[in-house]
Amino acid sequence: MTDTVRAGIVDHGAGNLVSIAQALTVVGANVSLVKRPSDVDVVDLLVVPGVGAAAPAMTTLHREGLVDPIRGWIAADRPFLGICLGLQLLFDGSDEDGAQTLGVIPGRTERLVDAPTLPHIGWNQVERRVEHPAFAGIEPDADFYFVHSYAGRPTPAAADVIVADTSHGTAFVSAIARRNLIGVQFHPERSGDDGLRLLANIVDAARSVVRRPPFTLDRVSA
Amino acid sequence: MLRRRVIPCLDVANGRVVKGTRFVDLVDEGDPPELAERYAREGADELVFLDIGAAPEGRPTLLDIVERTARRAFIPLTVGGGVRSVDDMRAVLRAGADKVALNTAAVATPGLIADCARVFGDQAVVVAIDARRKGPANAGWEVVVNGGRRPTGLDPIEWAERAASLGAGELLVTSIDRDGTQTGYDTELLAAIVDRVSVPVIASGGASGPDDFVSAVRDGHADAVLAASIFHRRIHSIASVKAAMAAAGLPVRPFPATAA
Repeated sequence: MTDTVRAGIVDHGAGNLVSIAQALTVVGANVSLVKRPSDVDVVDLLVVPGVGAAAPAMTTLHREGLVDPIRGWIAADRPFLGICLGLQLLFDGSDEDGAQTLGVIPGRTERLVDAPTLPHIGWNQVERRVEHPAFAGIEPDADFYFVHSYAGRPTPAAADVIVADTSHGTAFVSAIARRNLIGVQFHPERSGDDGLRLLANIVDAARSVVRRPPFTLDRVSA
Repeated sequence: MLRRRVIPCLDVANGRVVKGTRFVDLVDEGDPPELAERYAREGADELVFLDIGAAPEGRPTLLDIVERTARRAFIPLTVGGGVRSVDDMRAVLRAGADKVALNTAAVATPGLIADCARVFGDQAVVVAIDARRKGPANAGWEVVVNGGRRPTGLDPIEWAERAASLGAGELLVTSIDRDGTQTGYDTELLAAIVDRVSVPVIASGGASGPDDFVSAVRDGHADAVLAASIFHRRIHSIASVKAAMAAAGLPVRPFPATAA
């Protein structure tokens, strides 16, 4: 089995894919773009990047038939990374434009509360509430780069997904995780060395998931 | 806590970083991707890349050099110069820019700000305002476009409010009077704008040393501070600027202690 993790970046139409592609390449992944359902068959780690509003992105995902493949990927516990809008899309819906989103994590995307400036643009501290292997080797309050006005808020019942929060006005959730899924509100691909370390940790984790023998087959043969 | 940002600016003409005084008398300062990588390593919080020839020459942004620059630095990149449409902005974002700065085209067609914000989100739309003092004290300022060549009669404070209300997520305010002169930022102009808008404002034009960065934030109320010549020519390091800001009690992102 090859050691190279194949990272598929979901292209939902707008924004900068160069930075995330380059960053994943630098940390050792083999990067391709996911534009249609069959593209997910040839990747090990699915990455949904992006900035901006939810509705245009969801429109593209629906049009290209990517909604069910992404939901199925997450339901099968395969390695997944959502960045900024890619994290917000995991919740049920967004207050930014009323879009109904993927509904993978119970909660909504809401406007930042009491923020002194909006959009929240710049470096801010990501304060970890729990340890997570994706943040291995990174200080517990390290700075990452943000550029957004909205953030996802898990329902109280789903609060166990919260990994970190960040303060700009009222604190908001800046990282979540559930099994092989991780979502970050900041941009690791634009957050210097710590951002690259986080991506390297996520790619390494995907490698170990890929290497693990497919247990469903073991059970079938046992 | 949100940090005050220090942003080196790459003014690019004919594929090279250049720097002039009050937008003229350009001097070669180096290769854009190389400088971008150096600044990322030295603790820059973000980079601004301005294709200063695009608007006066009436041509689109140089995408290949944007992409080569974006690939070399894993910090945010704002690109301006020559963006006149939603399609232009899409091309610049796809080349690796995180934000796009609109200037001349936004003054000509303010609706472009709203169109770009609707498609890419307001956080991706920076409106760059080049302002010049009309005369002696208290006469106010005027917006100048086309690389500092064409006065518009617009009041930069009113234009800033209008741009923010149309969907600009950030403003880059340059004092042409101070640009390249190393006489300090126009903190009066900055404060007048910052106090009227809720979006972040980047101060530009006039840095001579670390104290000017402190004053741009303290007196100009700027959220971020941009400079070119003093960094290109290694007159001051990003680390020394941040050290001065930290000593003044301003929140800055921790920077490499050994940066030159």
